[in-house]
Amino acid sequence: MFKIVTKKVLSEVNKLMEIEAPLVARKAQPGQFIILRVRENGERIPLTIADSDKEKGTITIIFQEVGKTTKELGTLEVGEYLSDFVGPLGRPMELPTAPGRVVAVGGGVGIAPIYPKVKAFHDAGMEVVSIIGARTADLLILEDEMRAVSKELHICTDDGTKGHHGFVSDILQKMLDDKSQKIDEIIAVGPLPMMRVIANQTRPYGVKTLVSLNPIMVDGTGMCGCCRVSVGGETKFSCVDGPVFDAHEVDFDELTRRSRTYLDEEKIALEKFEHDCRCGGGK
Amino acid sequence: MSLDKETIKELRKLKEKHPMPEQDPRERIKNFDEVPFGYDQETAVKEAMRCLQCKDAKCVEGCPVEVDIPGFIKLIQEEKFDEGIKKLKEKNNLPAVCGRVCPQESQCESFCVRGKKGQPVAIGRLERFLADYELAKGVEKPEKPAPSGKRVAVVGSGPAGLTAAGDLARMGHEVVLYEAFHATGGVLRYGIPEFRLPKEKILQREVDYIASLGVDIRTNVVIGKTITVDELFDEEGFHAVFIGTGAGLPQFLGIPGENCNGVYSANEFLTRTNLMKAYKFPEWDTPIKLAKKVAVVGAGNVAMDSARTALRLGAEEVHIVYRRSDKEMPARAEEIEHAKEEGVIFNLLTNPVKIIADENGWVKGMECIKMELGEPDESGRARPVPIKGSEFIFDVGTVVIAIGNSPNPLIPQTTSGLELGKKGTIKADSDGATTRKGIFAGGDIVTGAATVILAMGAGKVAARAIDRYLSTL
Ligand SMILES: Cc1cc2nc3c(=O)[nH]c(=O)nc-3n(C[C@H](O)[C@H](O)[C@H](O)COP(=O)(O)OP(=O)(O)OC[C@H]3O[C@@H](n4cnc5c(N)ncnc54)[C@H](O)[C@@H]3O)c2cc1C
Ligand code: SF4
Ligand code: FES
Repeated sequence: MFKIVTKKVLSEVNKLMEIEAPLVARKAQPGQFIILRVRENGERIPLTIADSDKEKGTITIIFQEVGKTTKELGTLEVGEYLSDFVGPLGRPMELPTAPGRVVAVGGGVGIAPIYPKVKAFHDAGMEVVSIIGARTADLLILEDEMRAVSKELHICTDDGTKGHHGFVSDILQKMLDDKSQKIDEIIAVGPLPMMRVIANQTRPYGVKTLVSLNPIMVDGTGMCGCCRVSVGGETKFSCVDGPVFDAHEVDFDELTRRSRTYLDEEKIALEKFEHDCRCGGGK
Repeated sequence: MSLDKETIKELRKLKEKHPMPEQDPRERIKNFDEVPFGYDQETAVKEAMRCLQCKDAKCVEGCPVEVDIPGFIKLIQEEKFDEGIKKLKEKNNLPAVCGRVCPQESQCESFCVRGKKGQPVAIGRLERFLADYELAKGVEKPEKPAPSGKRVAVVGSGPAGLTAAGDLARMGHEVVLYEAFHATGGVLRYGIPEFRLPKEKILQREVDYIASLGVDIRTNVVIGKTITVDELFDEEGFHAVFIGTGAGLPQFLGIPGENCNGVYSANEFLTRTNLMKAYKFPEWDTPIKLAKKVAVVGAGNVAMDSARTALRLGAEEVHIVYRRSDKEMPARAEEIEHAKEEGVIFNLLTNPVKIIADENGWVKGMECIKMELGEPDESGRARPVPIKGSEFIFDVGTVVIAIGNSPNPLIPQTTSGLELGKKGTIKADSDGATTRKGIFAGGDIVTGAATVILAMGAGKVAARAIDRYLSTL
């Protein structure tokens, strides 16, 4: 059992939790993730490690409530327990060896997982320019945290309620076209359509672009193949070979299709959860 | 119940095994309950009477852990069931599991003299009977030995790890058993289905027994990630490590279309169903998605389990697709028999060449080619060769790939000094000692995908070797 020691509501649908998991905390590195189960008959879901504290023995996770499991997770309070929490899984992110300039793009659900990567780049002495975007201002999270580790922070919202009225890719385009500022690497995390757009956008410029994928997973240790993704024409398991891959090599069409495998079931699970909640029969 | 001389004499001549009652195939494909019910006491005693108590009992030679087979059968004949289970457990820590999943027809029973004329003694069913008898009564806990002061880490809670952990604890060592999943049992938990090995009723109780021996079980720890093997020695203070991490890496066919929606590795298909209980969705959160027509590629136990699971999940038509002939099918005879009874259709000498998707990326068919048998290959089995121009399309909506598993590279990749075999297995000698001092290994990680009993046997041998090694420290 893994205790929740902190809970913060970052926005209506975004929550942060610190979980007591000393073994995981001792090893966690940027780019890695954990898999958790809220309770005995719950699903195993992967979440990026947003931060870790070896001394306190805690792992920070930030999640957007999108489906049944994340919604249920959001109902738990400090002092309550998760039944399972395993990690750190996946390969740590590779940091460039030479100092340089990195552009980090986080969209929606991707803001939380981009943060530890930006922090790692920053701590490694890189100059990071960050772009974060969300549907609307209320969904923007970690603005202060991102600002603290970025040289510049650009904000955009689809509805114009804050920052640039438009998409993260608009801002990225300006940077790509600005020949006076060299970009050594781009890292993008967000919904699949966003990552696909960015991959296509940066390809003609030949700038190394990384994405952190979040496919459906079961075990997270390479034993089921559920998380397989085609990268450069080869099948890779995201949980052990990734989750960070070269954006220009990823087959986004296939990944998008695979991510839709259980759309119907996800809906059923969510409806059942919301119904049980209303009837007080939840948990 | 005591049998008169006449009856006993008759039984000694009886050519066939006493049948084990089981659920009707038409009924059982609608549920996940266990298929065979097991012998009652009367049938068990009668079946035991078929054993001739050979002096030079051949059956024992066929048992990888050398169970005293005539010994325990004699105790059933005498209706001394408590002593019988003790005798069985001298050599086998998990009899309720083995009685259900061992390929007896190619082990003990294949050596039984009664098999020369008629059927062999139903050794497996008798083993299961004793184990179930004990479970129903409540398992006796053995006494705790004096602590040795030595600590051993066991990695992986499949049959190899469970056996090694149990034996080491009985020798007085402090044992911590690490498991990557949230639940113990390895393949017994995530692979072999409920209808063949009930999880709560049987497996969990066997695991509880191992825990009652003093083994400290820690789930949710991935060795190589959460803690490395080196750290087990250097930071956690273990004196020896046993690696029993199995062969958990699924193999795919490498044909076009394998990443379509609706193509599962058998590991994923079975893990979703067994470990995550997708058959109870939405009471349990993890879903599984199945078309009406399902093809399972392969013909081992894993394939039979997948096919029979697909039926129970509601598939209307389930096909086994296998590139060799029925003689080469590696599954246990009973599994093939059960699969046939339940209506699984066997397409032998058939090999998939391509999976075809619809416009949304879902499987809508599988192109196959007919095969014929040619010269024997390295495995000694006739090599299947494609028949030119015999391609045809199977209109299936779900494909489960069950063509084998290889060892998971996680530990070899993160541990120095471990010599590996050709297929990524860890090299170990007949005692389970690897090329690195203090590290032992056994089960599928050493042999490649094999059987429960071989994994247990390896765990047992390694436990003895570890005990000897610890005494030299
Ligand atoms: C579907 C299926 C049906 C089968 N049917 C039969 C049958 O009827 N009869 C038979 O005899 N055999 C059968 N087999 C084969 C048999 O189950 C295996 O040979 C046997 O389980 C191997 O045991 P093991 O202990 O070596 O490994 P496993 O049972 O594979 O257990 C390994 C365990 O180690 C854990 N692990 C792996 N890596 C790590 C790590 N890095 N850190 C911590 N833990 C880790 C895994 O999660 C797993 O729990 C079947 C196999 C399958 C897949
Ligand atoms: S070989 Fe058959 S008859 Fe002989 S002891 Fe073994 S089980 Fe009994
Ligand atoms: S999640 Fe099972 S192999 Fe990656």
